[in-house]
Amino acid sequence: MSDPVHLKTSPHLRGAHSVDKIMRHVVYALMPICLFSIVQFGLSALVLILTCTAVCVGTEHFACRLNGRPTTVGDWSAAITGVLLGLILPPSFPLWMAAVASVVSIGIGKLFFGGLGFNVFNPALVGRAFAQAAFTVPITTWTPAMAHARFKEFIPSTFTFPFAAPPDLRPWMERLQIDGFTGATPLALMKFDYVDTESAKLFVGTVAGSAGETSSMLILLCGLYLAYRKMLNWKIVASVLASAAVFSWIFWVKDPSVYPTPLFTLTSGGLMIGAVFMATDMVSSPVTPLGVVIYGSIIGVVTVMIRLFGGLNEGVMYAILLANAATPLINNLTQPRIYGAVRRKKEVKA
Amino acid sequence: MHLSAFNLSQFFGGTFSHGIHPAENKHFTEAKPIERLPFPAQLVLPLSMHAGKPSVPLVRKGQEVVRGEPIARADGFVSVPLHAPATGVISDIRLMPSARGPRVMSLILDVYPGDPQEVLYGAPVELDALSPKEIVQAVQDTGLVGLGGAAFPTHVKLTVPEGCSIDTVLINGCECEPFLTTDHRLMVEQAADLVKGTRILMRVLGAKRAVIGTETNKMDAVAAIQNVLLPNDTVSVKAVPTKYPQGAEKMLAKALVGREIPSGTFPSAVGLGVFNVATTTQMGQLMPMQRGVIERVVTVTGPGVKRPGNYIVPIGTPIRWLLNRCGFDGPAGHLIMGGPMMGGTVSSLDTPITKGCGGLLVLTEHQLTSEEQMKRYPCISCGACVDACPMHLNPCELGRLAYKGQYEPMAERYHLNDCFECGSCSYVCPAAIPLVQYFRIAKSSNREKVAKAS
Repeated sequence: MSDPVHLKTSPHLRGAHSVDKIMRHVVYALMPICLFSIVQFGLSALVLILTCTAVCVGTEHFACRLNGRPTTVGDWSAAITGVLLGLILPPSFPLWMAAVASVVSIGIGKLFFGGLGFNVFNPALVGRAFAQAAFTVPITTWTPAMAHARFKEFIPSTFTFPFAAPPDLRPWMERLQIDGFTGATPLALMKFDYVDTESAKLFVGTVAGSAGETSSMLILLCGLYLAYRKMLNWKIVASVLASAAVFSWIFWVKDPSVYPTPLFTLTSGGLMIGAVFMATDMVSSPVTPLGVVIYGSIIGVVTVMIRLFGGLNEGVMYAILLANAATPLINNLTQPRIYGAVRRKKEVKA
Repeated sequence: MHLSAFNLSQFFGGTFSHGIHPAENKHFTEAKPIERLPFPAQLVLPLSMHAGKPSVPLVRKGQEVVRGEPIARADGFVSVPLHAPATGVISDIRLMPSARGPRVMSLILDVYPGDPQEVLYGAPVELDALSPKEIVQAVQDTGLVGLGGAAFPTHVKLTVPEGCSIDTVLINGCECEPFLTTDHRLMVEQAADLVKGTRILMRVLGAKRAVIGTETNKMDAVAAIQNVLLPNDTVSVKAVPTKYPQGAEKMLAKALVGREIPSGTFPSAVGLGVFNVATTTQMGQLMPMQRGVIERVVTVTGPGVKRPGNYIVPIGTPIRWLLNRCGFDGPAGHLIMGGPMMGGTVSSLDTPITKGCGGLLVLTEHQLTSEEQMKRYPCISCGACVDACPMHLNPCELGRLAYKGQYEPMAERYHLNDCFECGSCSYVCPAAIPLVQYFRIAKSSNREKVAKAS
């Protein structure tokens, strides 16, 4: 009876995954995308991603300190938010604005709701939505990919003095002798000028756009890695892409001269990074097997609707935020049918 | 050939959906033949090692008993008798600690050293001459209970509720718990007794066919059983994909014959009778001679023992004695009775091996979840538990309600009572939320409320 007995209830084994491990691997999976972004847009992209990450992690750390709680930066989720936010802002985005957006991401997007696990919306997208509203011009100012001096100098707007308006980029572009760049992304070209961009170019990613959204191929590969490690719900990605493709195919068949091809829809803009890294955010997506399909389809359809009929040329952000808001309802309405389910209503009637 | 069968069955619903794949860890003991150990000096025989009413002692303190002699009788229908596992003397009848904690009335049997320990009790019976009802009585007299762990009296399961008829007997040889190999070795070594027991069960229940179900990691067991089957036999053997909890009777029914046992009912509701391999094997051994359950096979395994193996020991063998024989010198804290997924820790090393105990597992610090792995996080709604739950419940939502103490909605809206506590949800949870532990608390709280209300 005197044996040191340690009582514990089953199960005594645990699976290999833990929250911090999953989050850490998402950050790893984002690294190739960051690298490509830096290769493509140069030093400005590097400091943009670093600033967002540092401010996000710092905000989380200091907020926890202020609350007298142990810091939660060890779960790596703030780092994901930071890296992702950096990747979905234009490379020329002034750093002080990026820092403000980062504080909003973590502060309002996540900590106001109660921190990891309680946020309704994807924090990175909350930050970007704020930036879209507050800094309308800089967030729609695009710079060309692969500018030749990108490793020697920063884009002039990067180091804008805080609370000052960013400088006009046209003199800088003229100096770099970039011809034929109209300051528009492939999506804007398509929407407003009906100019198509080669699918191959979109797939590889040598086009203008947000720092990390341009290479669909790379994003897809990184997503495949996470899906293989079972750290990402591939059904969400599949249903976003499938619904977007089908929905845009309907319009393309109707009038190919006005509407883009399904392939263009899938590879252009932020759809790929949204589907793979934003829509799949575990906290703000549904848990039921049917729920994730519905959720993904909402994102795909709403994205295409905004792109084709809205005032904006890009709609992934709002589509995901909308679907995030619908998540509790989706969860509620799609409870799985249990093994051996008996119809309760019938019994009550009889 | 086996490989193709395996793949096909996977794609055509040869198993249930969901479930998990923990490391099997069967290599410690799966190739080790069942070994008989010498008798310990003292046996502890709790009067309630089965589900139902405790047995009533037939012996008094100081009485000599012979191996196989009934020493306690069944108290009513849902109860079984107890037989002396060894020749010796009843030295005391007193309260002894049980594995789960509360002390229970137990017979203490001092084994005579040097006794040949032959089983002298029992006489041959012509089973074919008995009516099914008489066989049910005969089964109760053997003291047989579910040896897979539930320890529910077998003869009660053989009494089919009115309005139900059994067409198929399922023999459960999945042993999906990691580490355990008791049923595996029984199927390999005692296939003839297993099939004999199966035929007895079929006759009592009036079933037309029987399927012995096992997993694809035990193909040698399939071969051994096929060896003793007749051509065009009504008994068949089938290996289903290895997955936890394949050995839960609801999962097995789905995997072997594609039937779902409706919520809140027993397998008999869909014409099935499900029995464990160890139970069926003992039935095949005991029934023809009308003997009682006096011993069982126990897998003593895990990295914490030096000589893991499958041992046949008398019922009532103290755990401490058995562990010493197997070279155990670690702290008692890492001892689990049963498998690692559903087994419990033991309150004291002085508790005995009971009829329902098929395994002793000694883990080391390494196997037990490390401190880092146990770090708790809030639920991140990853849905891993939803994808793991073999009952297709929503452990994620259940866990949130449990966290808020809303136990009643858990049962009313989210099917809490269909949870059979396999632990898959807790296993996969990356936030280390003790889901199944929450559910146990919720269930018992709900039971208390119902009891208070009535």
